[in-house]
Amino acid sequence: MPTSDEVFEKVQETLVDALGVDDDEVTRAATLVGDLGAESIDFLDIVFRLEKNFDIKIPRGELFPENIAAADTDFVQDGVVTEKGISELRERMPHADVESFAADPKVENIQELFTVDMICKFLESKLAE
Amino acid sequence: MRWFWVDRFLEFESGAYAKAVKNVSLAEDHMHDHFPGFAVMPGSLIIEGIAQTGGILLGESTGFAHIVVLAKVPRMRFHSWACPGDTLVYSVTLTDARQEGGTVEATAYVGDRLVAEGEILFAHADQMGAELPATFDQRNFMFDAGLLDILEVGRAGDGTVEMAPSSEVSPAS
Repeated sequence: MPTSDEVFEKVQETLVDALGVDDDEVTRAATLVGDLGAESIDFLDIVFRLEKNFDIKIPRGELFPENIAAADTDFVQDGVVTEKGISELRERMPHADVESFAADPKVENIQELFTVDMICKFLESKLAE
Repeated sequence: MRWFWVDRFLEFESGAYAKAVKNVSLAEDHMHDHFPGFAVMPGSLIIEGIAQTGGILLGESTGFAHIVVLAKVPRMRFHSWACPGDTLVYSVTLTDARQEGGTVEATAYVGDRLVAEGEILFAHADQMGAELPATFDQRNFMFDAGLLDILEVGRAGDGTVEMAPSSEVSPAS
């Protein structure tokens, strides 16, 4: 079982390769889209690389759930994620900081749930299985 | 002009490896602008050739069940250039293939001179929730465009023509 720091270092390396960023940009708090400039296709690349680097299988949609906002019309109203949507996020993304998001649950803020720290936490629980 | 950026496959090992050639010609229009007085094959078209080689390698591995699109070029380094008269040899290894797409590692050589090396990521567009016309079908595309002909391997070698994808893949018309 790698330590939390070892997991972070490997995630850092992975994101440097996938996104062409410098390693000092990849902090735990960095958001993939906002801070590291990831685009939709990069998420696929990141999953491929994590699987290879950590020698694990990540089922589709497990790390980066797809189309949460579009999944159910009850999840979003007037550009804001509803209580129902937030509880769906809690369930689907147990490694993300959903509580901070809930303070300002605008749809466009969903992407801020995808942080380096979320990936690390996801991997730590995955590796502990 | 047709959007074929490889002329022929030299080797094709299903699901693993492919090698294709591109003969660079002064008859190609863009050579006269790229650059006036110094004709070199644009790097973007070398990437396209590598992607066609790799895309067909990935597509064939599922019997062309998916719509393979070039999604991303995570890394491509150019060390040299290719001029009219040069024969580029693209060698592509499939490093990952799955439901959502795949990746290849590739090199481009002219003789023993390394021209480019890198990595390409492909996505299966039909798996990405992309909006595609209902009639768009990779299998049809491969057959209608006559693209399978470039998969005929071995013409220049011992003369034996070996079709890489098996004939049981029939065009769904």
